[in-house]
Amino acid sequence: MCNLNYSDRIIRQVLEQTTTIAMVGASANWVRPSNFAMKYLQQKKYRVIPVNPVISGTEIHGETCYAELAEVPGPFEMVDIFRRSEDAGKIVDEAINLKNEKGIKIIWMQLGVIDHAAGARAEAEGLTVIMDRCPKIEFGRLNHELSWSGINTGVISSKRPRLAR
Amino acid sequence: MTDPKITQDFGFATRAIHAGAAPDAATGARNTPIHHSTSYVFDDAEHAASLFNLQTFGFIYSRLTNPTVAVLEERIANLEGGRAACAAGSGHAAQFLVFFTLLEPGDHFVASRNLYGGSITQFGTSFKKLGWHCDFADPLDPETFRAAIKETSKAIFIESVSNPSSVIGDIDAIASIAQEAGIPLIVDNTMATPYLFNPIKYGADIVTHSTTKYLNGHGNSMGGVIVEAGKFDWAQNDKFPSMTSPDDAYHGLTFYETFGDFGFTMRARAVALRDFGPALSPTNAFMTLTGIETLPLRMDRHVANAEAVATWLEDHPAIAWVSYAGLRSSPSFKHKNKYFRQGCGSVFTFGVKGGFDAGIRLVEGCTLLSHLANVGDTRSLILHPASTTHRQLTEKQQIAAGAGPDVVRISVGIETVSDIIADLEQALSKT
Ligand SMILES: Cc1ncc(COP(=O)(O)O)c(C=O)c1O
Repeated sequence: MCNLNYSDRIIRQVLEQTTTIAMVGASANWVRPSNFAMKYLQQKKYRVIPVNPVISGTEIHGETCYAELAEVPGPFEMVDIFRRSEDAGKIVDEAINLKNEKGIKIIWMQLGVIDHAAGARAEAEGLTVIMDRCPKIEFGRLNHELSWSGINTGVISSKRPRLAR
Repeated sequence: MTDPKITQDFGFATRAIHAGAAPDAATGARNTPIHHSTSYVFDDAEHAASLFNLQTFGFIYSRLTNPTVAVLEERIANLEGGRAACAAGSGHAAQFLVFFTLLEPGDHFVASRNLYGGSITQFGTSFKKLGWHCDFADPLDPETFRAAIKETSKAIFIESVSNPSSVIGDIDAIASIAQEAGIPLIVDNTMATPYLFNPIKYGADIVTHSTTKYLNGHGNSMGGVIVEAGKFDWAQNDKFPSMTSPDDAYHGLTFYETFGDFGFTMRARAVALRDFGPALSPTNAFMTLTGIETLPLRMDRHVANAEAVATWLEDHPAIAWVSYAGLRSSPSFKHKNKYFRQGCGSVFTFGVKGGFDAGIRLVEGCTLLSHLANVGDTRSLILHPASTTHRQLTEKQQIAAGAGPDVVRISVGIETVSDIIADLEQALSKT
């Protein structure tokens, strides 16, 4: 079983290495978490490319949506999975197949999305796997923004914080 | 959504001073500034819309969040080993936020019968008007909790160590009963503070505090807080629709799905605190933060003084009994040894042999101890419940509430202990 406790160091590294994210299951509906997570990550200067076969060809937050990972032109380091746990395995396998072609390094499964077997397959292929987390929440946590809502970030430092990005 | 994802690498005393606080990003101010601002500018209309719909992090209006209050919230969440916290204007307000978030009209919960009297009234009388029902059970007999659980029960509520008679229940057993029923265990940790006891380690899902007491510690500010452990699965049954079904006021946002292990706190803040408004003042948050910095030092002293005073009272010829979990004579002593290795606080009751009149003469005769209705202050405090807080009750009700005619409540402060004992001695000589 994969460990679901990720050190701050790993999460920070992942968020710092990433410039482009393919978001599988991105929704055009502005009240869905994927939609506003995408918007937030764009504000933090990530490029986020939506992947969703139902709305492929349309635009979300100025980015064209693609039907599947293989269709996304150009490289992306992270695959962010906004789908139910049952659907995660297939997406992870697609990402494994595309890892060299697209430069994929990280599989990130959203809050509540857990597939230990798929995670193990991806790790065996040298990918970094994070499950049951949200990159928006983790970015906010490590950059003090989550503290604004009374959430325990676990971060203690005597240095003046630099505002994120 | 199981583990609470927290780095707790620093020691308790370090976290009591630093958790949640950082130098001010704009000015470098090292101590937490008191942000006396009701509201915060938006970058543009889009930013405002994102904030109002909880889609991004940031401040809108101090009824919801305030930068100084947020430091206090994170500090206490961290000290309790929880995931998130939400502050309120008093301990009672914090309890209201918890139950408003958990219960629908017609719902029920089971509470310990050994609670602060104000909580018994809140649960047993005022909550009834909202259609929330409470039955009381005996924390020293956990099976009474199981027996009281019904189909509509949504929570169990206990005090870690009770105010005023220092009762410590079988917390492990009560936590298992809550878990088996698929309902959260709420622990009021006011009388212990996270320095002496962490309810989350023993299975609490939500912790409440009146920060008015030891956390502030100096008797200068009201306040309350709720802490979410982040371990409860709100989707395991259909008992918690406010967590698992879309909220119309937020365009169909579902709190558990969107915020995961801090969804309860978000819901308590974005709905209960927003709509009922018992927000904590930033000045009170600042005073409480300053108090918490010395919590470990103060609690060690409170405990040492309380143990000395309790032991001295137990041997005094004018005293009939002492109810303090730190004494061998207490039915809670074995639980104190199991759960409270560093002591069990400094609030307890004792009986004066002379009864009602002797109780009044004792509190009136004190010239160092203060005769007032608070606990958890640096100052030693004393009260005769039957003639004050519990005066309206019949003698039978007073006895049931642990406030019989002979009962005196003491909150031992951190003064020189021989001075506390000398004051009690001279006052007792007049009874
Ligand atoms: C154990 C306990 N819980 C809750 C409260 C209520 O807190 P507040 O007075 O801050 O509303 C008190 C107050 O005495 C208390 O002692």
